[in-house]
Amino acid sequence: MSETPMIEAAGLDVHFGSNHVVRDIAFQVAPGETYGLVGESGSGKSTVLRTIAGLVTGWDGTLRVAGQQLGPRRDRAFFRRVQMVFQDPYGSLHPRQTVDRILAEPLEVHGIEGAEARIARALEEVALPRAARFRYPHQLSGGQRQRVAIARALIADPSVLLLDEPTSALDVSVQAEVLNLLADLRVARQLTCILVSHNLAVIGHLCGRLAVMQHGRIVEELTEAQLRAGEAQHPHTRDLIALSHELEG
Amino acid sequence: MSGTTQPAGTRRDWLLSDTPASRAQARWGRRYQLWLAFRRNPLAVAGLAVVLAMLVLAIAAPLLATHDPGAQSLANRLQPPSAEHWLGTDELGRDTWSRLLYGGRVTLGMVVAVVILVAPLGLVVGCVAGYAGGLLDKVLMRVTDVFLAFPRLILALAFVAAMRPGVESAVIAIALTAWPPYARLARAETLTIRNTDYIAAVQMTGASPWRIIWKHVAPMCLPSLTVRVTLDMSSIILTAAGLGFLGLGAQPPIPEWGTMIATARRFILEQWWVPVIPGLAIFTASLAFNLLGDGLRDVLDPKQR
Repeated sequence: MSETPMIEAAGLDVHFGSNHVVRDIAFQVAPGETYGLVGESGSGKSTVLRTIAGLVTGWDGTLRVAGQQLGPRRDRAFFRRVQMVFQDPYGSLHPRQTVDRILAEPLEVHGIEGAEARIARALEEVALPRAARFRYPHQLSGGQRQRVAIARALIADPSVLLLDEPTSALDVSVQAEVLNLLADLRVARQLTCILVSHNLAVIGHLCGRLAVMQHGRIVEELTEAQLRAGEAQHPHTRDLIALSHELEG
Repeated sequence: MSGTTQPAGTRRDWLLSDTPASRAQARWGRRYQLWLAFRRNPLAVAGLAVVLAMLVLAIAAPLLATHDPGAQSLANRLQPPSAEHWLGTDELGRDTWSRLLYGGRVTLGMVVAVVILVAPLGLVVGCVAGYAGGLLDKVLMRVTDVFLAFPRLILALAFVAAMRPGVESAVIAIALTAWPPYARLARAETLTIRNTDYIAAVQMTGASPWRIIWKHVAPMCLPSLTVRVTLDMSSIILTAAGLGFLGLGAQPPIPEWGTMIATARRFILEQWWVPVIPGLAIFTASLAFNLLGDGLRDVLDPKQR
């Protein structure tokens, strides 16, 4: 890649106590690219994402976002640039806050003006009805909740979106809607994304390049074209592909 | 708010609407739902009614009292209930009904004062310790443990004995021993809330720890704390009355319920109504707070829903 990568990891290690969960991870994501991390549960893929997001302490190695080295503590400007959508829409929205309040919070923290208009626009952007604005999360469906989470992530105009299995907690019919929404938003807002999933079909749908993780390591990195052409080399990748064919067929 | 001016039928619809049009409507709708759930428990409603009635009686004491609570009439001492003295008179001929009303002000006032001192302190200490973790958590929790290690009444006794006996000392003494359980409870709640994704999402806005604790963690601790405080009210009443009974709380001419029992206990066999009436008041208040707390727990405790 000729231009500066938007996200860059090198020699990334994460320890949880004596558990070495991520080992020597290195990858680069170009601006506007969507990069996939695939692996079984426990392979460390979500941990990589949470480490980039600054939600994990106890890591070492090099992490850069837009060329800037990340330290153990992230400043407010970082959170303006990088946002995350969590796996479980039932757990990622505050149960005592209305959608309106949830969306207003990032605006208040960053001191962004015009909250009223921004919230209305954010709801429109994720195709939520106006009526949903003053509802509590428990009054929404799973798909609607995940749309709220996406709206919250995007309301302060980030350039990087970290997606942690954004559809795996949803019904199959809703999964496609949310994936298409993410695909549209990514283009419209020129977002750089990292998508974590255990589902190769989801990864293949959104990502240009992907890395396969096993036991905390990246075992193989390949493009979506290579994946589709069946050019995967590593046995674990082949296992995952075979498994996804089995599930589909 | 626009809804309060509408007729009753539509106000209910306004509250129960699942498409609220403003933050206030959403908030009031949620409260109304809680009230509907609370109303289904008749014992809890009875508890609430008794608590409210007692508060009203205490506040309106000057209007409802038939006599001056301090006026003695030695010729009329230890009278049984009559038309003149509804609940009889005590050992100095003072009207028990009037003293009971004014005593409610003292006893319930002490309870309210203790709660106002204790609940915010416990909430702040617990939330900060639980959210910050590490050294701050250890220090705050060891301090809490120190206070928790003293038996409540004994520490209160020592404290009051060191200071001057009186209502204020009793309040401070009870408050000193009452806050640690709230801090523990708030910390335990905070520990489970701290690692949820919705807090992670707030952290990802770049909000300060204070803002996160105050606006996102503390509101989640409030329901269980409210329940606990309500259930503890009765034990606070009993401690306040106990200190009064031992002569370390409110001092004699002040008509506090515990003090009233203490001064009248000599007459328990011959003129039993003199100590029994303030005893009944303490019993009723404690029971009412317990019933109310039980009902609140059923409504507010998220684990039971």
